[in-house]
Amino acid sequence: MIFQFAQLPVLEVVLPLIAAPLCVLLRRGNWAWLLAMAVCWASFIIAIILLTSVDEGQIISYALGGWAPPLGIEYRIDAVNGLVLLIISGIGALVLPYARTSVAEEIPEQHRSLFYTCFLLCFSGLLGVTITGDAFNLFVFLEISSLSTYIMVAMGAARDRRALSASYTYLIMGTVGATFFVIGVGLIYAVTGSLNMVDIAQRLETVGDLRTVRVAYGFLVVGIGLKLAMFPMHLWLPNAYTYAPSVVTAFLASTATKVAVYALLRFMFTVFGLSFSLTIETLTFLFLPLALIAMFAGSTVAIFQVNMKRMLAYSSVAQIGYMLLGVSFANVTGLTATLIHLFNHALMKGALFMALGCVMLRLGDVSIKSMRGLGKRMPWTMAAFVAGGLSLIGVPLTVGFISKWYLIEAALERGWWPVAILVVASSLLAVIYVWRVVEVAYFREPEGGPRRCEAPLSMLVPLWTLVAANLYFGIDAEFTASVAQLAASELLAGVMP
Amino acid sequence: MIASLNPALIVIVGALFVPLLKGRLRDVYIVALPILAALQLIGLDHGNYGQIELFDYQLVLLRVDRLSFIFGLIFLLATLLGMVFALHVKDTVQHVAGLIYAGAGTGAVFAGDMISLFVYWELTAITSVFLIWASRTERAYRAGLRYLVIQVGSGVLLLAGVIMYAQKTGSIAFDHLGLVDLPTAMIFIAIGIKCAFPLLHNWLQDAYPEATVTGTVILSAFTTKLAVYALARAYAGTEILIYIGAVMTAFPVFFAVIENDLRRVLAYSLNNQLGFMVVGVGVGSELALNGTVAHAFCHILYKALLFMSMGAVLFRCGTVKASELGGLYKSMPWTAGFCIVGAASISAFPLFSGFISKALILTGTAEAGYWGVWLVLVFASAGVLEHSGIKIPYFAFFAHDSGRRVKEAPMNMLIAMGITAFLCIAIGVVPGALYSLLPFAVDYQPYTVSHVVSQLQLLFFAMLAFAILVKKGLYPAEIDSTVLNTDWVYRKAMPWLIGKIAWGIGTARSQILDRVQRRLEHFVASVFKIHGPVGVMARTWPTGSTVLWVAVLLGLTLILYYI
Repeated sequence: MIFQFAQLPVLEVVLPLIAAPLCVLLRRGNWAWLLAMAVCWASFIIAIILLTSVDEGQIISYALGGWAPPLGIEYRIDAVNGLVLLIISGIGALVLPYARTSVAEEIPEQHRSLFYTCFLLCFSGLLGVTITGDAFNLFVFLEISSLSTYIMVAMGAARDRRALSASYTYLIMGTVGATFFVIGVGLIYAVTGSLNMVDIAQRLETVGDLRTVRVAYGFLVVGIGLKLAMFPMHLWLPNAYTYAPSVVTAFLASTATKVAVYALLRFMFTVFGLSFSLTIETLTFLFLPLALIAMFAGSTVAIFQVNMKRMLAYSSVAQIGYMLLGVSFANVTGLTATLIHLFNHALMKGALFMALGCVMLRLGDVSIKSMRGLGKRMPWTMAAFVAGGLSLIGVPLTVGFISKWYLIEAALERGWWPVAILVVASSLLAVIYVWRVVEVAYFREPEGGPRRCEAPLSMLVPLWTLVAANLYFGIDAEFTASVAQLAASELLAGVMP
Repeated sequence: MIASLNPALIVIVGALFVPLLKGRLRDVYIVALPILAALQLIGLDHGNYGQIELFDYQLVLLRVDRLSFIFGLIFLLATLLGMVFALHVKDTVQHVAGLIYAGAGTGAVFAGDMISLFVYWELTAITSVFLIWASRTERAYRAGLRYLVIQVGSGVLLLAGVIMYAQKTGSIAFDHLGLVDLPTAMIFIAIGIKCAFPLLHNWLQDAYPEATVTGTVILSAFTTKLAVYALARAYAGTEILIYIGAVMTAFPVFFAVIENDLRRVLAYSLNNQLGFMVVGVGVGSELALNGTVAHAFCHILYKALLFMSMGAVLFRCGTVKASELGGLYKSMPWTAGFCIVGAASISAFPLFSGFISKALILTGTAEAGYWGVWLVLVFASAGVLEHSGIKIPYFAFFAHDSGRRVKEAPMNMLIAMGITAFLCIAIGVVPGALYSLLPFAVDYQPYTVSHVVSQLQLLFFAMLAFAILVKKGLYPAEIDSTVLNTDWVYRKAMPWLIGKIAWGIGTARSQILDRVQRRLEHFVASVFKIHGPVGVMARTWPTGSTVLWVAVLLGLTLILYYI
């Protein structure tokens, strides 16, 4: 037992990585689905065990292949990535039972086993980015997850050919981001001679404030910024989310950008640290204004969207703004707000996109026109959508409220109360775009009579599990708040020997 | 009964099970809920219950003291009466929304901290709007949406104030705050919106008359009185409230006189009655606060009675337009009788409930030395007699016969009105029972000779003035003299004066509104130009543009070093 326990960090990533080619061999979609689901649940359970063993500030360090760090690759788990691991694997474990029906509808039979292969690759890539303590290893996993994502987005082409151009654009832009990232890592390697993040951090202190380091910092921040869809670099996101298959959108929206935000936090705080000459400046003069613009521009664009998936995609741009806003405060409460919102946003966007997936399954369309009177035709789906929407707005008793509460508290702690007012004001924009859907779904008569067409139970159960989580963690925020607070203080403390 | 169970939760949670029940069983159940809650409330000792920690703050979910007890009691009583009045309605949405709304209002009164107050505050807003939408007309939908925006806005303002207050003082306890700085001012305005302060009042006359027959009865009891409670709790003795209240008592009188929709007339008079309570809070002496609480208690009853009688008329006739009604006393004698009891109560006739509560406020104001305000209140009292005491029963039940022959109101409506009317008279005759429940010890005797005489003088002189106008107008009149003359008083003499004022205000208002609307349209158009589906922000940009942005941001990051 002890032996297996010690191997858990690597199993978390390797299990889905090995299962991915097995899915190709299985050929049949349903078998591949079953394997993928088993693996995701295993990863989820491992993530829970890992998080419970670091939730008092411990650190798990795992040397891959027995090669001791800093030369070998190190997997390093603390509360920060423990929480992110939980988010990814939890969403994966919930999306898969939901996926069977949805994928069967949206992806042709001959592609299904390949779809699950890509899904597992992406899943393992995201987990790898999160768990690794090695900068170059992080790049490798980032590319594994990105490449498989491009394929999954392109699989939406069976329904809408525009998925191909969306995927292609995403491919180009994502590669630019990855290239920037690897240039940054290369420059750091040139200066410090190390790829292990903890080691880099220690060596940077002795190297001093070189121009090369500053350039490396710029490349890293901008490269990761593109991956997380930071405001003016978000242009790939709306199309990719809109045209990807429903399952992919639900999974990516709640995990991919979160992982990128995690990577950003890791580099800014653990590797470079607050003492680095550029960190505070970027936070105040770059992140803060961009975050505020994203909050308003994203939500305003969402108000005018006709396609509901696209509307939620733009709302994601705004929500990423909230996360960056929390980072830009550079205090424990702000980082706590970011980490809590990381978790909470995964819950709400997951639920909302899953609800849209149900609509897509039954109506084959998610434009606002097709939602007319849907409250009567798909009562459970629409009720879940409304609950997710309330959470997005930040109504009390939902997770969204907890996020906003910490953000506002962090803003007041810095004394930036105009920012706090802006947070509240931008929530009102969310009221408008959520209300549009509610009005159409509940106050308009359905076209072609009130025929019931509720989604199947296999999709409703995961959807409502997420909705329940939205409410549960909105009422009892003890778990999220305590882990996020611990993680935030770990990040701010910098590297612990 | 479980000790320390929140009475409000009995109603709120109980309401969730209403859809499961049908027929008689449901009738018994929705009437039993407020009764059970009231028994639970009476069984509770005064004190704080349900204290839990949230984000390092102390929540007090249930605080029972003399102030919250009496508000809780009257709220539950109003719930009971409203539910009996609504028994004939076969609409699950209205029953559930009405009960949760009433429960949320009660819960807010028992909240000992401002976070739980906020939660209940928003819950009242969200549930009450369904009572308006339940009319299921396009007009009601629009009015409900406007109402919802304003009510939720009040909640957001409250939350913002609370957070800033907590940040500043580290406490979220809902006790006396006083109007001292920005956070307390924000909370003050949030309460002011719900209390329908002048210029913040439009939602009330806009939305209440659009609600369903039974919905308005429930609505009239909670939202605004919750605000009065909050003011009494947090802002007692804030001087500006005296003047706000005085304006509130006076200005709706003018609008109420020229309004044709009788439920809207009642909505204006609701605003005017709130003014009395706000003045009482502003004076802040023990006597005045007692007056405010007592007046809230009586007001909920007689205002509900008046809305019930108009609701019954609307239910049977399908309209409450003064110009389309008249002569209904023949077909609805009981309703007419109950309406007159309500009218006598609101006009503060001796032996009716309004008399014994309004007297406390008037005396409190006079004792504190606000003679100017006192005069305004006396003027407003005469106005109340004019528009609620005479106009409502007169146009609906007497005046010229509209020829409508309808059935008497349904039995459950009559029972609800009967109980309410009985309470209005009982409180007026035996004020001691109500006085013993008030927050402070009462050393006040309403039935002194001088007081009764002066009140009767006021009422009779008001009627005399009325009668003289009738006489003068009688001169060139034809056969149907009384009706024509009264019509003249209402439709010619008063409107001539008020019409001029209202016209002036109206034109200015519509010009301003026009301008605001044009600006707003222009703004939305420009936002749409940028953010709309083909706007700069939402267009699908070529890959090169992202690369450009990446380069720009990289440059910016590096330049930051030299700042």
